[in-house]
Amino acid sequence: MSQSFAVGIGGAAGQGVATPGDIFAKIFSRRGLHLNAYNAYQSIIRGGHTFLTVRTGPQKISNTGDHLDLLIPLNQDTMDRHLRLLTAGGACLYNADLIQPGAPAAGVQLCPMPVSNMADITRNKVGQNTLAIGAALSMMGVGFPALESVLVEQFRKKEQAVIDENVSLARAGYDYATQNFKPFAWALPMTEARYAVLSGNAAMAMGGAAAGVKFYSAYPMSPATGVLHWMAAHARKAEIMVRQVEDEIGVVTMAIGAAHAGVRAMCATSGGGFALMSEGMGLSAQAEIPIVVIDCQRAGPSTGVPTKTEQGDLWQMLGAGFGDYPKVIAAPLDIADCFKLIPEIFNITDRFQCPGIVLCDLLLSEGRLSVDPKELDFAPVIDRGEMITSNGSGDHEPYKRYKITESGVSPRAIPGLPGYTHVVSSDEHDEDGVLISDEYTNAGKRRAMMEKRMRKVDGIAASVPPPELYGPANADVTLIGWGSTYGVIEEACELLREAGISANYLIVRWLVPLHGDAIVDMLRDARHTIIVENNFSGQFARYLRSETSFVPDGNIRKYDGEPFAPHHIVEAVKEQLAGKTKLSVPVHEIMV
Amino acid sequence: MATDTSVVAPKAISMADYKGRVDPDWCPGCGDFGVLAAVQKALVELQIPKHEVATISGIGCSSNFPGFIETYGMHTLHGRALPVATGMKLANHAMTVLVTGGDGDGFGIGCGHFVHAMRRNVDLTYIVMDNQIYGLTTGQTSPTSRIGMKTKSMPYGNIESPLSPVALALAAGATFVARGFSGDQKHLTELLKRGIEHKGFSFIDVFSPCVTYNHDNTFQWFRPRVKKLEDNPDYDASDWNVAMEKSVIWGEEIPIGKFFERTDLPTLHGAEPVLSAGPLVHQNNRIPADVAKTFIEELM
Repeated sequence: MSQSFAVGIGGAAGQGVATPGDIFAKIFSRRGLHLNAYNAYQSIIRGGHTFLTVRTGPQKISNTGDHLDLLIPLNQDTMDRHLRLLTAGGACLYNADLIQPGAPAAGVQLCPMPVSNMADITRNKVGQNTLAIGAALSMMGVGFPALESVLVEQFRKKEQAVIDENVSLARAGYDYATQNFKPFAWALPMTEARYAVLSGNAAMAMGGAAAGVKFYSAYPMSPATGVLHWMAAHARKAEIMVRQVEDEIGVVTMAIGAAHAGVRAMCATSGGGFALMSEGMGLSAQAEIPIVVIDCQRAGPSTGVPTKTEQGDLWQMLGAGFGDYPKVIAAPLDIADCFKLIPEIFNITDRFQCPGIVLCDLLLSEGRLSVDPKELDFAPVIDRGEMITSNGSGDHEPYKRYKITESGVSPRAIPGLPGYTHVVSSDEHDEDGVLISDEYTNAGKRRAMMEKRMRKVDGIAASVPPPELYGPANADVTLIGWGSTYGVIEEACELLREAGISANYLIVRWLVPLHGDAIVDMLRDARHTIIVENNFSGQFARYLRSETSFVPDGNIRKYDGEPFAPHHIVEAVKEQLAGKTKLSVPVHEIMV
Repeated sequence: MATDTSVVAPKAISMADYKGRVDPDWCPGCGDFGVLAAVQKALVELQIPKHEVATISGIGCSSNFPGFIETYGMHTLHGRALPVATGMKLANHAMTVLVTGGDGDGFGIGCGHFVHAMRRNVDLTYIVMDNQIYGLTTGQTSPTSRIGMKTKSMPYGNIESPLSPVALALAAGATFVARGFSGDQKHLTELLKRGIEHKGFSFIDVFSPCVTYNHDNTFQWFRPRVKKLEDNPDYDASDWNVAMEKSVIWGEEIPIGKFFERTDLPTLHGAEPVLSAGPLVHQNNRIPADVAKTFIEELM
């Protein structure tokens, strides 16, 4: 198990949890360390409880882990809730003027800061946070100049007095800790690497820009709003048309209009907004106008828990819109993959002129990860598929927009070209776009057109790879997951191996089309299979069964709004291997 | 992407150019025939090549319109023609974009989009064939059906007030607001030409009687009532307050014509700096390496 260090900062919304999180993230990534961060919060702007975990280390950090090394409670509530996450060697830094310490586990250092003696923070309501950051970095063995430069940058838009005040507060905390607290046994290492730190939402937006998206439309909805924010802030530099629309019906249909004009168009939403987009998905498929829609899942149904994560939208995606039509659904495996997946899925939707869905979730959308900048490739392959963009000599057969072809794909002429006027239609139509109901409803034509569209499914399947089985062969247990659980399953498997249980794992990224036969082949010799997913009913387990008849030996499910921690999976696997249950629902120990 | 137009010889555009691939399947005598002919005439008189025109509709009798005229047509979803057309216009603002549909499509299911398209001043020409009834679903009350009108959905008479599309358009900030009558081709053609030429959102509500399901608001009912605003030389179409007063007149006299126009507001595509480099569809779709570098550096 590679070494890591986890910091937790908690307080009420408005107490300034985000800024220390950003500062820690910058310092870690600039030391060449990886990090993974997740903020547990509620749908309120002031008050409540917010808890940010940043975990760092020299190797890739796939999730925020099981315990903390450092806790910075900004209020009593955070002390009371989270102190138990500290394990031996850990420390809790707190404002001794305001917060009573709890009883920590053995080997945990309590670090009270007499804040009113250290600095005058009567006019700086987040002054205690800066003191704590300074103290923390001293204990981690980070030199003060690294912190100073990040603080100067963090407050660069403020007046010099603000910068000076924060630097001197940080210095006071730093010096106090040097004199009074024991440094951590593991001084934070340094490497030559440099990482970008980004959220899944920023990654998907940037992936869109890299893919050549020229039109982005959205209606604000947590946890997808970050995609809109990145797009809006970078629209002019990236030359992307970004529109905030009146509702998600308008969002998806506006994207379809833009896509028909010939540009790549994308939109993002969450489950509720996607519900409004369903009819648009059908239009995209029937009119054969490619678009990509991102669904950032949150805990449902209905308004549900808007700030909490879940993998509960799979069946909505599978059934989106009525009638049968070709579509692509893929779930990114981590934040770096949020970037990479977008150009890939656009190439497929463009080649097959159908809608594509990126099934993300709050964990990835709003989590943050260190990513090697080389993985953020702004020059990926762009394949627009069969498009007619020039009228060439002007002589051509009468153009048939929906020409019946073996692949099911009909070359798409871009509006504005002389000689290619045609109608695209949501109604069933003939090869030349004439609605079949405008002549006489013709069963033969309907059948031919349905079969033409559905022939694309084979082409799509051939364009996406089957999933991979990671880890040793002949393992005691095989864990199966999809999308965002990749990171936590990976670490759970390592922990299981350390506990003497060999484990491998299969993670599904391309959900539709699903390479069911390949999956069943890979699982045929597995000794004990368990599907792990963040929902109540086992949506993926039911989907896999419907496609392949495969039934796992057990299931691990979580639907309390919080993501899995590695130990949740480890303990569930142990109880299932011991024959105690076939369905484990790990309890989230801490209210966040 | 480049569009090569050099091989197209200049030739006067005629009605034959705009003739659709199939004849309209509207009921004989439907008001929509007159609207189709007026739209074709307006495009011919303005000499706009058909490949530069997009005709986008929702669903309903009148929404079958794009199939009956030879342009780049889109037959979309019920009520959603305006956002589709907005996306189309923003992605290629060199196109002349017409939106066609009915009162149920535009003022019922699509009313939210109607209001927002107007406040955005998208450069579209929205032609509503208003027959005060749902036709393709065989005769139910529409948002413009009069109180007391008996339909299959309100067999004892409508008890809900009709909305005034012209007043709504004025309130929502449309920059060109007009009303025409399918029974007056010449007048309607002129309105359409002015609307197409207008830079911004032009809304043209057209009385287009349903001869099958609406026995109240027939050609015969409208003909003596419609009075052209243009007949009054003192009518000032730049005066929003006067337009608003005229918009709610309904009864023995019903005004038609251009109620209001203002030309001082930018269009949505004109206000968007991203489009200053030309139509989006013709722009480069690659992020330049130096720009990409700044996107990544922000995260370091």
